[in-house]
Amino acid sequence: MVALGVAAASASVLGQDRSWLPLSKDNVHDPLSPALRLLQEPGEALSKLPPDTAGNMVRWVEALETGAINPRTNIFPETKVNVLDLDNWLNTNGSMPVVKFPHRQHTLWLDCANCHEHLFKSKAGANKLSMLQILNGEQCGVCHGAVSFPLTECSRCHNTTFEEYRRQVQKGPEAKK
Amino acid sequence: MRGRPSAAAMVAGFLAALQFLAVPLARAEYADVLINKRSEKEGMRPVVFPHWFHRIRFRCKVCHNELGFKMRAGGNDVLMVDIIEGKFCGMCHNGQIAWSPENCDLCHSGKPGTPTQIFGGHETSGPGRW
Repeated sequence: MVALGVAAASASVLGQDRSWLPLSKDNVHDPLSPALRLLQEPGEALSKLPPDTAGNMVRWVEALETGAINPRTNIFPETKVNVLDLDNWLNTNGSMPVVKFPHRQHTLWLDCANCHEHLFKSKAGANKLSMLQILNGEQCGVCHGAVSFPLTECSRCHNTTFEEYRRQVQKGPEAKK
Repeated sequence: MRGRPSAAAMVAGFLAALQFLAVPLARAEYADVLINKRSEKEGMRPVVFPHWFHRIRFRCKVCHNELGFKMRAGGNDVLMVDIIEGKFCGMCHNGQIAWSPENCDLCHSGKPGTPTQIFGGHETSGPGRW
């Protein structure tokens, strides 16, 4: 029984089962609500998208890039849709691997004004990032841990070894920050 | 001075922790927002806002930049009168892009008694303040 429990626990922790609770059992919707007959079930929509092991169990950026979804970029025709292809190096002196922050993937979803200048200054090196703050829902944690991939996925941000970082910085000064 | 917990108590605690891990808790989909600033006071079920559903159709920037929704659950003061006038949710929920505000139950479908919050997936269960 204990072994079974451990197996079930690790499967659900690792998200290997990739299943979604029906709305009537999610403890958030009122099971008596007449809407439950009409609303789309998460499993119906999300099971068709690129699989992940955390959050919604969907690789959302991949879903965009492969065309699995094509969400609208704007409602007002006059809105300028900004996408920036620029990588920044963060945490270049830490105990964890270096963070290569890609603006492109973020601006596919977000506008510059969603992060700048109130959360992060545009000037490279001007931001003091802290995991404590991030885990408390500040800085990157405004989204990561709430809507974008959760903070259990350390290596998705801490994605570059120091050796690789040094190699890339020497090669391409435009990527150096 | 506190005594050491007995072996039996430790085993019981361990089993309880295991059970907690093994039995999947009924929980919202990641990033679902429960909005209950006014709903229940006004006699309606709270609102469930599913991020997963909306982001399949709209990028974050549409609501969080064009429509002016702040990125903090509970940080937006949205009145039904705003929505009916075409602001916030009403930009799409107007009977043209999405269902119109007369379909009260479709948004007001939350479990009564649930406070405003966002359902996160890691240890902090979402942002630390809202």
